[in-house]
Amino acid sequence: MSTFWSVWIIAITLFNIFGCLWLLWWTRKKPEDVIEEGENTLGHEFDGIEEYNNPLPKWWLNLFYFTIAFSLIYLLLFPGYGSYPGVFGWTSANQWEREVETADNTYNRIFRDYAKSSIEELANNPEAVKVGQRLYGNNCSVCHGSDAKGSKGFPNLTDNDWLYGGTPEAIKTTLIKGRNGNMPPMIAAVGGEQGAKDVAAYVLSLSGQTGSGDAEAGKAKFMVCAACHGMDGKGNQAMGAPNLTDNIWLYGNSEEAIIEAIAKGRRGQMPAFEETLSPEKIHVISAYVYSLSQ
Amino acid sequence: MSNSDLSTPQYNYKVVKQFAVMTVIWGIVGMAVGVLIAAQLAWPALNFDLPWLTYSRLRPLHTNAVIFAFGGSALFATSYYVVQRTCQAPLISNGLAAFTFWGWQLVILLAAITLPLGITSSKEYAELEWPIDILITVVWVVYAIVFFGTIAKRKAAHIYVANWFYGAFILTVALLHVVNSLAIPVSLTKSYSVYSGAIDAMVQWWYGHNAVGFFLTAGFLGMMYYFVPKRVNRPVFSYRLSIVHFWALISIYMWAGPHHLHYSALPDWAQSLGMVFSLILLAPSWGGMINGIMTLSGAWDRLRTDPVIRFMIVALSFYGMSTFEGPMMSIKTVNALSHNTDWTIGHVHAGALGWVAMISIGAIYCLVPWLWNKKDMYSVKLINIHFWLSTLGVVFYIASMWVAGITQGLMWRAVNADGTLTYTFVQSLEATYPYYVVRTFGGLLFLIGMFIMLYNVIKTINSADEADTAPAAQPA
Repeated sequence: MSTFWSVWIIAITLFNIFGCLWLLWWTRKKPEDVIEEGENTLGHEFDGIEEYNNPLPKWWLNLFYFTIAFSLIYLLLFPGYGSYPGVFGWTSANQWEREVETADNTYNRIFRDYAKSSIEELANNPEAVKVGQRLYGNNCSVCHGSDAKGSKGFPNLTDNDWLYGGTPEAIKTTLIKGRNGNMPPMIAAVGGEQGAKDVAAYVLSLSGQTGSGDAEAGKAKFMVCAACHGMDGKGNQAMGAPNLTDNIWLYGNSEEAIIEAIAKGRRGQMPAFEETLSPEKIHVISAYVYSLSQ
Repeated sequence: MSNSDLSTPQYNYKVVKQFAVMTVIWGIVGMAVGVLIAAQLAWPALNFDLPWLTYSRLRPLHTNAVIFAFGGSALFATSYYVVQRTCQAPLISNGLAAFTFWGWQLVILLAAITLPLGITSSKEYAELEWPIDILITVVWVVYAIVFFGTIAKRKAAHIYVANWFYGAFILTVALLHVVNSLAIPVSLTKSYSVYSGAIDAMVQWWYGHNAVGFFLTAGFLGMMYYFVPKRVNRPVFSYRLSIVHFWALISIYMWAGPHHLHYSALPDWAQSLGMVFSLILLAPSWGGMINGIMTLSGAWDRLRTDPVIRFMIVALSFYGMSTFEGPMMSIKTVNALSHNTDWTIGHVHAGALGWVAMISIGAIYCLVPWLWNKKDMYSVKLINIHFWLSTLGVVFYIASMWVAGITQGLMWRAVNADGTLTYTFVQSLEATYPYYVVRTFGGLLFLIGMFIMLYNVIKTINSADEADTAPAAQPA
């Protein structure tokens, strides 16, 4: 903040506060003006309304003085007078840093201890799983649900069907780096609307269902899908391409949902938590998620 | 007064009558939307999966309807009445006054169409898009011309205190509205604010809090300063108190906005100033309450017989309570608990239902018989029932939101021995559920009271005239 603005802020702050004090002094300066209850009114009259001129109530005046005194002192101790930092040198940032430091000193020990064990070991430690569940509840349940069973577009974490792999390491990598699921629109590649219908019928047939299109024709066109989902449609965890044969569906198993995926593609995003949570906490959450499908 | 009295000027009561009736009607509409969205928080299925009925679109419709349609109509009605009677001068132009009525109704109608359609600038309490903003500005400037023009033509040497407050309200709202709504239009229904980041937040809350300070406080204090002494027929308690608290109130309110942005990206010095000026604001706010209550003092016996005076005293009590609660919530450590919880919603409604609505209801119950030349309202008993419904409604509303808010604040900050949060967000929602039900019930009571008021007003207007019943205009 430039000196000019700092001086300006201090000036208008003090002008307003001392202006109030002046106002109080000015309205008290003529005691002979006081017109109390039972005496004549001030002489003003507006549509029949008259006015007394009672003195300002003592307790109210003292309240006013007290808030002004408190404020003037507060602004000496804390930032407020322009760029003057205040006697205590307090800032909201350093308060936050102190609180984080205190929390780290108090709690990090627990997580450092957990970090010494492997994810598999922690998954069998009921205490660690409970801690992981709490962290999950506050960080993950918004998308994956309190019961971790997911919803449309958000994977179920309890069913042992994994887009990117269910090993402890794969889960941890998902948490640290996030995942970007991206299925491109394939409508042109499969030959327009009829093609999409045929491919959908073929995809449905992989899990024993039927669609309105020609599954045989769809099988031929599925070649372009096989690059990611594999010739057998069993997917590829290295690129997050879902298994299409197991009747577990991220966006639903209706024909419309599948045609929509082919026509418009799908984009899923799991955010990276490395900026939000410490590696030790991610370790414990990984153990909780791993424990769900064991 | 009587229209036949030749010594009094021909006041324009038509526009006052129009706004008075619309106050009741918009009150019902705005509060009905409020009850619906309160119910949606308890039973989300009540949005019926229709985009126009979702909470996100109806909430701004509720706030706009109760603040600007209901509150605004009450302020237009009473300010036009009070300025004429206390200045002993008719409005300077009946045409311009009629323009403000129809213009304001058009603004409300456009709000009721655009907000459910999802057309919004997304600025809280200023959601209306730029073409409507321009219409508001035009109507408001005309309002200022009519109001101040009438003051300029007054017969009395002094300007009555009610008019200071109405005047401050009109001038400041013009300033707030224009500065906060500055935007660059990209189409008829979409614009982008000229502000961004922390500056946008600060301008928004400078507007937002002064909308509370000048629209919902100063304007209604003006109403109080006329209708309270008039109804109890006693002189105002202290002229000097009105001077001190007026100037202190309007100068200090200007600084209070940053208390909405504690622990945010707003610079620390601005947050501190917002907090200390909110604390200093306590005494000036209470100055108005003292002047009102002490004016009533000495006529306490009339509380037993006149439910309209009960509305006024309860309004003043809620005004005092919420202006104590506000400074307290602006203290950073208290705010750290209360911020983003339903405590804030309870606080707002202590002011909006307890103060703004109840003083307006009291004023309208005074005005209707005066304007339509009746001895009294059709049924005093119904006013009494309305009073108890309103009072109970407010108590259910704010008590449930206090408990809900403090519960949420405590649950959000509770931590386990391992430092993890004890409760997930959805658990705090679950804990809030019963209070949402109680709040809906409180709001419903208040709404039922408004329907009773509408019935009473219609019956009064349609009853037989009784000449010379309203208070006569007194010479200055």
